[in-house]
Amino acid sequence: MTAVTIAPPRPAAKHQIFVASAAVGGAAFMLIFGMLSIWLRFRDAAPLRASSNGTKMIRDWLPADIAIPEVATNTILITLVMTCVIAQWAVYATRRADSSHAYLALAIVAALGIAAINAQVAVYVQMGIGIGDGAYQTLFYAITGTMMAFLVSGVVFSLVALFRALAGRLTDRQVMSAHALYWYVLTAAFSAMWFIVYVQK
Amino acid sequence: MTALDASSAVNSNSSKTKDSKDLVGEFTVWITTTDHNRIGRLFLRGGFVWLISVIGVGAVLGVERIDSGSYLFPADSIVQFFSFFRTGLVLGVLAPLFIGVSIAIVPLQIGARAISFARMSLCGFYLWMIGSVVVMVSIIDNGGPFGGNKQMVDTYLMGVGLVLAGLLAAAISVATTVIGARSPGLVISEIPVFSWSALVGAVGLILTLPIHLGSVIYAAVDHHYGRLAFGGNYGIDKWIGGAFGQPQTFIFVIPVLGVLAEIVAANGPMRHVIRTGGFVGVGILSTALFGVVTRTQHLFEWSGSLSDKITSAIPYAMFSVLPILGVFIALAVSLFALKTNSPRLNAPLVPALLGVGMVFTGMLGYAVQMIAPADLTGTVFEEGVFVYIGYGAVLVAIGAIAHWSIELRGRSVPDGVVVSLGVAGFMATVLASLPYYIVGFANQPANSVTDFKYGGPQALWYVLVTAGHVLMAVVVLGFSVIILRPQQLTTMSTS
Repeated sequence: MTAVTIAPPRPAAKHQIFVASAAVGGAAFMLIFGMLSIWLRFRDAAPLRASSNGTKMIRDWLPADIAIPEVATNTILITLVMTCVIAQWAVYATRRADSSHAYLALAIVAALGIAAINAQVAVYVQMGIGIGDGAYQTLFYAITGTMMAFLVSGVVFSLVALFRALAGRLTDRQVMSAHALYWYVLTAAFSAMWFIVYVQK
Repeated sequence: MTALDASSAVNSNSSKTKDSKDLVGEFTVWITTTDHNRIGRLFLRGGFVWLISVIGVGAVLGVERIDSGSYLFPADSIVQFFSFFRTGLVLGVLAPLFIGVSIAIVPLQIGARAISFARMSLCGFYLWMIGSVVVMVSIIDNGGPFGGNKQMVDTYLMGVGLVLAGLLAAAISVATTVIGARSPGLVISEIPVFSWSALVGAVGLILTLPIHLGSVIYAAVDHHYGRLAFGGNYGIDKWIGGAFGQPQTFIFVIPVLGVLAEIVAANGPMRHVIRTGGFVGVGILSTALFGVVTRTQHLFEWSGSLSDKITSAIPYAMFSVLPILGVFIALAVSLFALKTNSPRLNAPLVPALLGVGMVFTGMLGYAVQMIAPADLTGTVFEEGVFVYIGYGAVLVAIGAIAHWSIELRGRSVPDGVVVSLGVAGFMATVLASLPYYIVGFANQPANSVTDFKYGGPQALWYVLVTAGHVLMAVVVLGFSVIILRPQQLTTMSTS
């Protein structure tokens, strides 16, 4: 009687890249929210002053000579929302093994990410404030600079995913899903920052 | 003879060359390893190096307080000693010890081929190690909180940032392994209790360390550019001190419950009960997360109307008492199992059980400290809480290393040594921390060594504290010698 040996089954793939991206995204989310909580604490501690039209009392947090360029900041938000849509398009294209659309989507995501970074730099230029000019300026640069670092990491992620796809690893769907998830997280974090720093000020 | 000499010389030279090649090869293997066992051991070794230096500083602080009227070291450097002790014990010892054990053991427990993202894990070790060295050097060179050297204060903040980033990378690796690399068919609810505690602890770190990292970024930018918002070097402790204090330490020590449950379960029956107690205890202890994330400590005020008291008691119970309940459940279930089954003595049980007891005592102290009428906040009582939790966790780590010694090092640790070191470590922990509890009720201020006198035997207490630290140093050095002792190879005779 011949003994039949059966090779052990390969371990099932359990989306390690997706899980790790979710963990990194969660950490990024907590970092931005932690920084926003300190921002709010400083803003709440600022003394009250009359608004420019004298109708209400507001927190004297944003220095009167600083104007937030709202067009540029809104543009960043819209750009990031578009990034999420396009990143999801990359996932959709990958599921259908549509390589040309997947390449295009990833390239557009990277380009939109660069556009968002460019818009953030434009915000800095238009505001024209120095990092050491005051408490507001210090906090402003610290939190927006951290957000910009995350945007840079998102662009790098998009480029890596694009190069992997171009190299023929298009079937690796979880990278695409992880990539989309990361941009969702960045967009959510930026949305919170946009509302607190740029809208509520 | 000449030929023999030449041969001998050649052999000697080739032996030296071979040895040096072996050494270089071994070194290269270690610094580029992706083996989870080696990465875990790197964290453990780094943690023990930190531990020796932290214990030394603890002993120095004990000596300084024996006579409150004089200084052994310059008065303006005492604050640096305190900051070295706190930073070192939490980020240099507690975190790497349990992350190291998790990285080494978790893949074996869940049937994973390796740790997920091993290079990220190794990168985490390097970030942690480089950051640790930077923190150590900057504090020594008058940096750190309250430091007078501006560049070194900046360097300290950068070092803390690196340490946090490194721990975060390692924690992500551990969490991803448990969630995504389990063997087929092994569901989360069936994983060993230590892996469960490693997962919960890692997720806790992923959610809390970025909060501190955000504070570090703010403090670093502010200190470097203007010192306008965060109080410069004097504000550092206020803004980033949460990373080294309670309840953040509760998150770092979550795996101690997993270690205890594993060791008790290895002793005999009732494994299901112990396992359930461990799972529940770890889950409840993780509620310490809320206190860290919300950056709040809720004092229990015993004043005002009944409604005021209840209003004060609810958040106090949620944030300060509930996490302790988790440790209590795990400890009680373990003790019940041991009592019921009268098991054989398992050597690692001694340091693990006593260590969790010490951690529990520290957490109870924290709950007492948060009762406002006790008036203990800002006193040395806080330091007692800190030392109880820190040294207690070190004892548990010793128990874990002894318990998984075969998996970690390929050979066991003698039982007698583990039991002796466990008992000595317990005595050291009590000596190094209990006097703080006592003097804390006399309102001796924390982070200060002079300008305090009270009617009690102040010198005696601090002699005991110093003795406790010295004894702990003996325990740690003794254990390190046992662990690092080269393996005795048996050779076969071919004659």
